[in-house]
Order: sequence, then structure tokens, then C-alpha cells
Amino acid sequence: MISTLSKYVGEYKLPSVLSPLCMLGEVLMEMIVPLLMATIVDEGIQKGDMQVILRVGLMMLFCAIMGLTFGILSGHFAAKASAGFSKNVRYGMFEKIQAFSFANIDHFSTAGLITRLTTDVTNLQNAYQMILRMCIRSPFMLIIAMCMAFSINARISMIYLGAVFFLGLCIAWIVSHAMRYFKEVFRKYDELNASVQENVTGIRVVKAYVREDYEIGRFGKAAENIYRMFVRAENLVVLNMPLMQITVYSCILGISYLGAKLIVQDVLTTGELMSLLTYCMNILMSLMILSLIFVMLTMSSASAERISEVLKEEPTLKNPPEPCFDVADGGICFEDVSFRYHKSAERPVLSHIDLSIRSGETIGIIGGTGSAKSTLVSLISRLYDADEGRVLVGGKDVRSYDLKTLRDNVSVVLQKNVLFSGTILENLRWGDENASPEDCKRACRLACADEFIEKLPEGYEARVEQGAANFSGGQRQRLCIARALLKKPKILILDDSTSAVDTATDAKIRKAFAEELPETTKLIIAQRIASVMNADRILVMDDGTVGGIGTHEELLGSNRVYRQIYELQSGGNKDFDN
Amino acid sequence: MMENRQKEKVHEVRGPGGGAGKFAKPPKLKDPGKVVARLLSEVFRDYLPQLFIVGLLIVGSVLANVRGTLFLQTLIDDYITPMALSGKEADFGPLTGAILRMALIYLLGAACAFGYARTMVYVGQGALMGLRKRLFTHMERLPIRYFDTHSHGDIMSVYTNDVDALRQMISQALPSLLESMITIVSVLLGMFGMSIILTAVSIGMVVVMLLCTRILMGKSSAYFRKQQESLGAVNGYIEEMMSGQKVVKVFSHEEKSLARFKDLNEELCDAAFQANRFANIVMPVTAQLGNVSYVICAIIGGILTVHHIGSLTIGRLASFLTFNKNFNRPLGQISSQFNSIIMAMAGAERIFALLDEEPEKDEGYVMLVNAERQPDGTLRETSHRTGEWAWKHYHKDTDTTDYKPLLGKVTLDGVDFGYVEDKLVLHDIRLYAKPGQKIAFVGSTGAGKTTITNLLNRFYDIQDGKIRYDDININKIKKTDLRRSLGMVLQDTHLFTGSVRDNIRYGRLDATDEEVIEAAKRANADGFIRRLPEGYDTLLTGDGGSLSQGQRQLLSIARATVANPPVLVLDEATSSIDTMTEKIVQEGMDNLMRGRTTFVIAHRLSTIQNSDLIVVLHEGRILEKGNHEELMAIKGRYYQLYTGNQASGGEENG
Repeated sequence: MISTLSKYVGEYKLPSVLSPLCMLGEVLMEMIVPLLMATIVDEGIQKGDMQVILRVGLMMLFCAIMGLTFGILSGHFAAKASAGFSKNVRYGMFEKIQAFSFANIDHFSTAGLITRLTTDVTNLQNAYQMILRMCIRSPFMLIIAMCMAFSINARISMIYLGAVFFLGLCIAWIVSHAMRYFKEVFRKYDELNASVQENVTGIRVVKAYVREDYEIGRFGKAAENIYRMFVRAENLVVLNMPLMQITVYSCILGISYLGAKLIVQDVLTTGELMSLLTYCMNILMSLMILSLIFVMLTMSSASAERISEVLKEEPTLKNPPEPCFDVADGGICFEDVSFRYHKSAERPVLSHIDLSIRSGETIGIIGGTGSAKSTLVSLISRLYDADEGRVLVGGKDVRSYDLKTLRDNVSVVLQKNVLFSGTILENLRWGDENASPEDCKRACRLACADEFIEKLPEGYEARVEQGAANFSGGQRQRLCIARALLKKPKILILDDSTSAVDTATDAKIRKAFAEELPETTKLIIAQRIASVMNADRILVMDDGTVGGIGTHEELLGSNRVYRQIYELQSGGNKDFDN
Repeated sequence: MMENRQKEKVHEVRGPGGGAGKFAKPPKLKDPGKVVARLLSEVFRDYLPQLFIVGLLIVGSVLANVRGTLFLQTLIDDYITPMALSGKEADFGPLTGAILRMALIYLLGAACAFGYARTMVYVGQGALMGLRKRLFTHMERLPIRYFDTHSHGDIMSVYTNDVDALRQMISQALPSLLESMITIVSVLLGMFGMSIILTAVSIGMVVVMLLCTRILMGKSSAYFRKQQESLGAVNGYIEEMMSGQKVVKVFSHEEKSLARFKDLNEELCDAAFQANRFANIVMPVTAQLGNVSYVICAIIGGILTVHHIGSLTIGRLASFLTFNKNFNRPLGQISSQFNSIIMAMAGAERIFALLDEEPEKDEGYVMLVNAERQPDGTLRETSHRTGEWAWKHYHKDTDTTDYKPLLGKVTLDGVDFGYVEDKLVLHDIRLYAKPGQKIAFVGSTGAGKTTITNLLNRFYDIQDGKIRYDDININKIKKTDLRRSLGMVLQDTHLFTGSVRDNIRYGRLDATDEEVIEAAKRANADGFIRRLPEGYDTLLTGDGGSLSQGQRQLLSIARATVANPPVLVLDEATSSIDTMTEKIVQEGMDNLMRGRTTFVIAHRLSTIQNSDLIVVLHEGRILEKGNHEELMAIKGRYYQLYTGNQASGGEENG
């Protein structure tokens, strides 16, 4: 994990090194002050020497100013390094995700990827800054203060060793136990929030079934559970403070007694005693802060782990070493193809598909929910790779093509489609960035999108909001079809892409395709028989296998499933415009 | 598409880059005093005695600490100096006594610290639990309008960010803040007792320190706001691109998507650097200015001691310098906690805003009860399910109660409605559903179909006209009973975390396992459920994300079926189910609902063709009414839609 992430420090190595160095300087300067204080007391005040007081005083002032300078520099470099590091990590992840295949994306889920790119990176940035500053500061301070104390008087300083040992053990015990509880409690906490989320999004269901009191009762129990766990965890943590106080106070009293003895024996001076007491605070405080940092770092290590998972993920699809950049024609061939989404799944989603489609043919695909229609077409543009058998496009295995070439020639309008914020024109140009306004208009005319676009006040410059919430389902689908057409593909696949378009428009779109794109192979997945009955051939999918293939008339005669669907829909085979 | 216009409004408000909304929220406090007062009076109301005890314990702990610092003076001036003078034959007895006495005081101090920290755990966590419960209870009682007009992300952020900010403040910032303040006061008193001149110097340095922090904080917060904006832009972009990542792949748009990200990311890096730089500088500045204050006091104190000005001795100076450090440290602590306190206050303000939302009002008094028919033909209320229901109507003026059988007769009379006051989406809707009829609504997106169902169960209240249910104005029916009488299968399916069985049982909590399975069979869901890894015990998470939309719809139908309601509303309930399965489901539902009123919304004709009454809606008005044959005969809009021979594709006005 650390080796994966450390690569992303990149050009920010210098500030990442300078920040702790400056921090070292700051701590050194801070630690000299009590030493000088001892000199002032012993040489200046007790002997009444004004010269010494002023000279040493100025030295102390100089130390403070130097400390300030180092501190500011360290803060500056740490900010630079951590902002840069998180920038690199974020970019690295985003870049990596661009290379992900559909299977990779499914593996992490969209929501998972978003959390990793946002919250987790922010956590990592904070953790990195803390490592550069506090993680360095506390051990430095501990060690330097200890050295200073030993240089003053080794015998008394043994007390510190004992104190550090005792406090360290206690803190380690508390932290390790509390961490266990905290991890558990935060998991429960997430669950609680998830159930709130369900109530917010599903409030209509809750209210429709009058389940408010039921949900309140459930939430109440969960909240009480969290309360108990938090109390248990925090009760451990609050032991820290009295423990710390007892240790500090024991040290102070011990040093006072021993110090008094040594002063009487003339081994120690009053000033030195004062410095020792100051170092005592520094040492034990650093130990305390160190334990806090440890806790915080452990908590953010989960984020780091999640991030490095993304960074280490290997794309499951790769461009071939010597890719082919030319797709000969729009012919498609499936040779004994089987496929499953999860290797562990018992039954394959597609099994032993054999299929041959000529270039320029129009194929309708129909079948029940879950009959693997979408899966079948997603193999053509190599969104997923077949497990067995092979898929050929233009006479060659899809795995031999350059991915970009293949996907430019095989244009898919996905079932779950997305438009991006920007203008209509910008969205259309996803299909072809150099498309002229005329090209775009033509594509929109074919997709029957021109009629509503031209009614908009800004026409093609109209804004599309995120998720295209300002367009209706049917309008979005037509825009998506137009965008896909702009690729001028050899194969066009519509995956239930006109479900929200009314019947009349749907027919118009199909007519336009038949007349104006005769060369293009067209695959149309639909629920309605009317959308596919005029296709050259119709493929009936049945539970992951080819249930039948033929013209409308042939299938009516020979295919039971097809006939059933047809009878169900006939007479009332049109849908209302929705 | 949602028919609910309000939802889209929410998107508009969030503006470009949509998702940015939940990330960019620079804290701004309107009235901090009021927030604190409310926190004390509402959130900590039950814990005031404990808080008082905590205050006392903190004072005790701080006093022990101050006494310890003063001990340094006694140690040096009263014991060490004279003992050093008396040389080898010094008597250590008095010193040992003093140290033991001090040990006792320290022990008491530590006990106080333990006591208050421990009490604060119970107070803080208890108050938070109370707050969470109150928030959730209140939220469940809010009207649907609230959820439609507030983005779900914003509501969630009250639970996740705001309550969490408060949690951190209560468990971390608050105790240390209290301690710091008490320390400052007591240390200040101690310092005055030592030397007025040095105290004045220390206070002067503190003023300088506060000024510096203020300037730095001001600069920092401006940059922080910029960082938040930039972060919002980056996170918004991430959200949009990740949601469309598959489309990015299909269009080989990876490089372009990356290029734009690079620019946004660089901007964020710059803003984050500026913001953190100033925040990072605050700590060394306060620490080192503290050291400067220490040094200046040491020099001046040294001079004063040497010249015997005032009553300063070495012991006093040593104590004073310790005080000086103790005085500066809590100030630094306060400034470092300041941000988290501001955040918590802003969070508390949003929490109170949610708690101040008006809950759903219910002035209905007519109740739905299980009924049993007596031999003489009258109805009697019973506690068990009989499959018959009655409206229990209490008449105040005559102090009598009568029972009216639930028949399922629904009348809408001149109903006007708009989600926003002056923008009506339904005009003069008149409708009469006879008991046992199947009523279908058809029409394009935005015609107002879903809106009518929202009015039937009073998710929203009508502006004008009347809706009557078995001749009772629905405003007089208790909302919970009205909703219990209407089974609803909604357009957006929602499943809850839990087993498949629990999700179906949501419709009726006391349904037996057999009834659950029976309902699943009727909804044609039994088959796929049995193929799930653990059948009915399969755990669903994330709104049933592992199921297809069609399967989720089947489950919600099963859920409504198990409720076995007197009246059923199906809002696009089968839109994602293939036509074959739909036919089977529909036959099952028709059997179940025989003799009971059903409302159906669907855009698939086969779904509604056999309805007794088809209502064609257009832009919030009823265009045509009648059964399939009648509507075909008048050759109006229904006929056009049905035969598909008119080009009205542009009618969708989404």
C-alpha cells in the first residue's frame, strides 16, 4: 500500500523532505530555550549579572524567531507537498479508471469509485500533511528533550525513561483496545446512516404503508446500540487524561524531591531544575500527541487501502500488442460464445451462442427480462470479453482490433444512457468532435430529435443539465441516438433505446435508418414487437440462448415464445407516449 | 420520468455541476448565541445537573494544576534555597511532608479530571443519541413536500456531516475548550499574585498573538472558501464522469475526460495549497509568539529579581514562567479548536432548521377498522382481520359513533392542484370510481397522472374541490388510516436493507411466512426469489441493487399484495417487466382485487385495456373518459394514441 502510494509524491519530493527538515529546526530551536533559561537563572539572576541576562535573553529571542521562521517554512512546504500529493493521487486514480473495462467498473461500482476519488483522497491528503508535520514533530521533540534532559543530569532523567515507559505501555493498551471498539462503532455508524438514507429516498413507501412508527422504533434501537458502543469506546479513551496527569505529576514531584537533594549536594542548580521540569512537560506531551496521531493515521489507513486498490487494479481488457486499425465491414459472427459476469456463477449468462449477421442487415432482438439481450450485444464492441468461443466483427476477432477503432465502428446506445452537462451540441460532438453543425443536424433529423431541439429558444446551444434532468426520457433517448449516429459507425446497436419514445416517432426513426443508413448493420433490442417486426431477421433470446432466428412471418409460424409475445401485444401492441 | 415537477426544481436550484451542492458549504453563522441557547435548552436539557457537576470537577482539576505551579515557588524559595544555604545537614523532613501533601492534591486533581471526562462521555453520547432520535422521529413526520423540495443529499448531510460535527465538538472540542477557559482565568489570577508588571507584559503578548491569528485566520478562511468551491467543482465533475464512465468508454472519450479533469485538479491543488499554508502557519506563530512572550518575561523578570524591584524571587519567577506557558497553551488550543466549533455551530443551525420544519398535520378523525357483519346486517368492529373494513365515524354533536362499510367508492369533484401555489398542474378534475372498478389513467409525461395518486393518499393536499372516499371527505379521515386503506405500488421502487422476506412483509408486519410466499407467487416473484443464493432469506442491500429493475418491481408488487388492501393504486408498477410476465402478474392481481377498486397508471396499452374506466389526461385536464370501446368509438386522442397514426411525438413536455 505504502509503496503504491509513495510513487505519487512525484515532483513534490523536495517539499516533502524540506517540511520535516524545517520542523526539525523548529523543534531544536524550541528545545534550546529552556536550556538558555537555566543559564539566565544560574549565571544571571542568582549572581545578579545584568550582562548575562541581556545576552542570553537576546539569544533566546533569536531562537524564538528562528523557530518561527522554520515553523512557517515547514507549514508552507507541508501544504505544498500534501496538496500536490493528493493532486497526483487523484489524477492517477482518474487516469487509471479511464483504462478500466466495464468489468472493472462493475467490480468497484460507480458509488465506490466516487467515494474513493472524493472523501478518501481528502482523508489521505490530511493524513499526509499530518505525517509530514506532527508525525515528525512529536518524536523529534521527545528525543531532543530527552537528550537535553540527560545532558543536564542523567540521574534525574532516569525518571523520564521510567515515565515514558509506563505511559507508553498504558497508552498502547488503551489505544489498541479502543481502536477495536471504534472500528466496530464506525461500521455500525455507517449502517445507521445507510438506513436513514433508505428512509429519505423511500419516504413514499414508508408513508404509503404507514410505517413511520415502525421505522422510528428500528432507528431508536440502532441509535441506542451505537450509544452503548460509543460509550464503551470513549470510556477507555478518557482514561488517557488522568493517566497523563498522574504521570506528569509524579514526575514533577519526583524531580522536585530528587532535585532538591542534588541542589543541596551542589550537583544541580536551580535553573537546571526549572529546565528539567519544562522538558518533562515536552516529553510527555509529545508522547500523548504521538498516540493521537497513531489513532488518526490508523483511521485514515482504510482510505489509503481503498485508494491503492483502485491504483493496483489491472484493467481486464487490454489493447492487443499489434492492433488492427481497420474494420472491413459491418458483418458480425458469434462462434460458440459463452459468457458469465462472475467467474463463480453457476450458470453462464450466455451459453454456446452461434450467430452470423451480414453487413448491412437489420436485426431485431427480443426476449424476456433477463434473457441476456444486452449482454449479447455488449460483446460486439468488446465491453466484455467472451469466456469461451469468439466474436468476429468484419471477419476478425474483436480482440485483435484497436479498442478505439472497434468502438468507433461499433456504436452502442446503452440502455442506461447518460448525457453530460454542457450544450446539446457539445453532447452530440462526443460522437465526432469535428462534426459540423450540418452533420449534427442531420444526425438529429435521423433520430427525430430535430423537432424538439429546434423548438428550444437556444436551439442546439441549449444547456443540458447534469443527468439531463431538463429533458424528458424520450428526448434524452433521441439525443443519445443522434450522438451515436455521429460516429458514422459500421454497426449501430440500440439497446432498448426508444422505450420512452412514442410509437409514431419510433416508427419514423426506424424508417429513417432503413432509408438513409442502408450500409450500416443495425441491431435493435426492443420490448415491443412493432419495433422489430420489420427487421430483416429477428433474434429471439431465451434464457441466455438463441431461441430462434428468422423473419417475423417465419417466427410466427415456428417459434412458440415469439408467437406468445406477439399475441399478447397484438391489437394493443402500441404504447402510450410516455 | 418523474411527473413530480418539484423534484426537477431541486435539480435546478443545485445548478450546474449539480453534485457540487453538498461539498461546497462554507460555514456562515447567523446567530451563534441563539444556537448555543437552543443546544443547552433542547439538546442538553436532560443533562444540566451533570453539566453542572462537570463544571465543578473541571474547576477542581484546574485548581490542582494551579496549586502545583504555585508549589514550584514554595519549593524553590521556601525549601531549596534555605536548604542549599544550610548545606549538608539540611533537614529533608518538611520537604517530604510538603511533597506528600502536594501528591494528595494532585491525586484529587486527577480524580476530578477522570470524573468529568467520564461524565462528559455519558452526557455527550446521551445527548447525541437523543438528538439523533429526535431528528429521525421528526423527519418521519414531515410531509412528502419536504422531501420533494429538499435534495436528499442535503437531508442526509444533516445526519452525516452536521450531527458528526456536533459529535466531534462535544467529545473533543468542548471539554478542552472548557478546560482552557477555566485554566486561563485561574492562571491569570495566579499571575496577578506574582507580578503585575509581568502579567501586563504577558497579556500584551497575548493581544499581539490574537491579532496575528485573526489576520491569518481571515486570510485562510478566504482561501478555504476558494478551496471548497474548487473541491466542489472537482467532486461534481468526478460524480458526473463516474456516473457516465461506461458512456465515456463507449465513445472512447477517455482522453478528453482526463484533460478537463487535469485542469480542475490543478486549480484545486493550488487552492488547497494556499488554504492549508495559512492554516499550517497559525500553529507555529502562536507557539513561537508564546516563546517570545516567555523570553521577554524571563528577561524582564530577571532584571526585576536582580534589582529587587517588587517582591519577585527566583521561585516566584520560575512559577510565573510556568504560568506564562500555561497561559499561552490554552489560547493556542482555543484557536485550533475554533474551526471545529464554528463547523459544529453551523451544523447545529442546520439541525435546528430541520427540527423547525412543520410536521405533517392530521386533523382527520374517521378511522379504518376491521369489521364483522352481524346477523342483523349491521357492522361490528373487531380486532382481527376479516377481509372487511369499515369507517368508524364519531359524531361529536350527537356523541354517537357509526360504522360505514368500506366500499372503495372514490369521487373527485372539481379538484385543482399545483405543487407551487400559483402554478396549477391539475385543473377541475372530476371523476367517479364505482366500488370494484378498475380505473386507468393515461396521458403523456407531465399530464398529472402520478399527481392524482399523490392526492388520493394525501401526500399533498388539494387546493380546491373535494375528494371523497365512500362519501367521506378525505380530509376527515385519519391520514394513517387513509393510507392503510390504499395499497400503493409506486413508480420508483424502493427496497430496504433486509431479507427478501422482510421486504415483502413490509406490506403487513404480522404476515406469516406462508402469506409472504403466497404473495410472492401471486406477484410471480416466487420463481426468481427461489433462484437467489439464499431464497427468501437473501439479504438485500443498497436498495436491492443486485436485482434487476423488473425483479424489484415484482417484489414491490408482492409487498402490496401481502398488505391485501381494500383499494390498490399501481403507478407504472410493471413498466420494467416483460409483457409475458406482466400478463401473469396482472391476472394474479385481478384475481386478488376482484370486487375491489384499483387505480392503474401505465403507458403500456395492454396493461390498461381491460379497465372499466380509462381517463385520458392532458396537461392536467381530463380530455376523455370511458372504457376502451367507447374511447375507440369517439376517435379522439385515445384512438390516436392507440392506433398510432398521428405524429404527436413532440407532445412530451418533460
